[in-house]
Amino acid sequence: MAEEVVLLDFWPSPFGMRVRIALAEKGIQYEYKEEDLRNKSDLLLKMNPIHKKIPVLIHKGKPVCESLIQVQYIDEVWHGKSPLLPSDPYQRANARFWADFVDKKIYDLGRKIWTTKGEEQAAAKKEFIESLKLLEGELGDKTYFGGDNLGYVDVVLVPFYNWFYVYEKCGNFTIEEECPKLIAWAKRCLQKESVAKSLPDEEKVYGFVLQLKKAFGIE
Amino acid sequence: MAEEVKLFGTWGSPFSRRVEIALELKGVPFEYIEENVSDHKLKSPLLLKYNPIHKKVPVLLHNGKPILESLIILEYIDETWKQNPILPQDPHERALARFWAKFIDDKVNPPVWRALLGSGDEREKAMEEVKEGLETLERVLNGKKFFGGETIGMLDIAANFIAFWLRVVQEFSGLEFLTPDKCPALTKWCDEFVSCDVVKEHLPPREKLIAFTKNWLSGNGWTD
Repeated sequence: MAEEVVLLDFWPSPFGMRVRIALAEKGIQYEYKEEDLRNKSDLLLKMNPIHKKIPVLIHKGKPVCESLIQVQYIDEVWHGKSPLLPSDPYQRANARFWADFVDKKIYDLGRKIWTTKGEEQAAAKKEFIESLKLLEGELGDKTYFGGDNLGYVDVVLVPFYNWFYVYEKCGNFTIEEECPKLIAWAKRCLQKESVAKSLPDEEKVYGFVLQLKKAFGIE
Repeated sequence: MAEEVKLFGTWGSPFSRRVEIALELKGVPFEYIEENVSDHKLKSPLLLKYNPIHKKVPVLLHNGKPILESLIILEYIDETWKQNPILPQDPHERALARFWAKFIDDKVNPPVWRALLGSGDEREKAMEEVKEGLETLERVLNGKKFFGGETIGMLDIAANFIAFWLRVVQEFSGLEFLTPDKCPALTKWCDEFVSCDVVKEHLPPREKLIAFTKNWLSGNGWTD
């Protein structure tokens, strides 16, 4: 019996990319549905009535919402292949901590970098780099955050890599200068098919952001 | 080797108390260390060592290794001590428990404080957010005794804020967040929850919490 898996998503969303990568790592066939966020589908509103946001993972008709929860769900249901979370409880707690850290810091700070200017932008850039350096510390000398293979934190963080270009252009700085180890890590991740096919081209993402800035009157 | 379990917490924090409840439920003995969280300079060197990034409680220390963030700690406790499980077995049910726990922390807890601190339109808006959140949780509870079914689970523990803190704020401020006519099952749940053996020892003293909160509201900061 083919298991029905549907993903409601929006192509530039780093949160959606996390789910795409996780599904690809597990080799799961699924139906991808692109949402127009200015005109949300009835299905999206029905499956995520609380937040009305993508991504939404629908498995056998039942929705799972919130990307970190979705990645854990995928890992638990399809536990036989390419485990994303470690098996040891302490290491699992550590992986969850860093995923939570990414969620607390990277998206919001990144957003401030491309939507603000002057002092506010400078403060965001500073904290953004500090956060990336802390992540570099956690990575250490490992190939991936997950060790020898892609793990939970890799899946959670790497989608922001093709947004780095946006932050760099808008913030006028180079992330590689400050965080070379992290950039090297991201490039290693991109060697993986599951990641490469889940991340859109960074120029395309930048083009999208420029359109957004114009639409919202952000300089 | 004897297990060494320590909890760095603070008496007034719902996040800290969640961990106490879970450890009690699992029958895990632990050493409790009260942290002064009002003043950064007074935070213990150990807390700053184990949680250098967020510098917050609760911190669970198990055989010298720190686990941070209350919901992450709850999952760790459930995975480490298998008796009296607090998360369901089914992956979809687990995803739902995690979703609603996050919902409480993101959508119900913050507007309670915004309503208390704010006035006029801002207060009204925050009140509406809380009420909507509670009505949603009423539907999630769906007439059950506990979110976890017959016994308390992770979502009940995560909702400790509603059962106690929210109701204390409601009583002393007069801001009616939770009413039995809109949320009959949830109101009943609150009473059931706070009377559970594993919960009642792990709630702050009511009068102390009220005095503390009033002090904070008058701009004196989170001081004891």
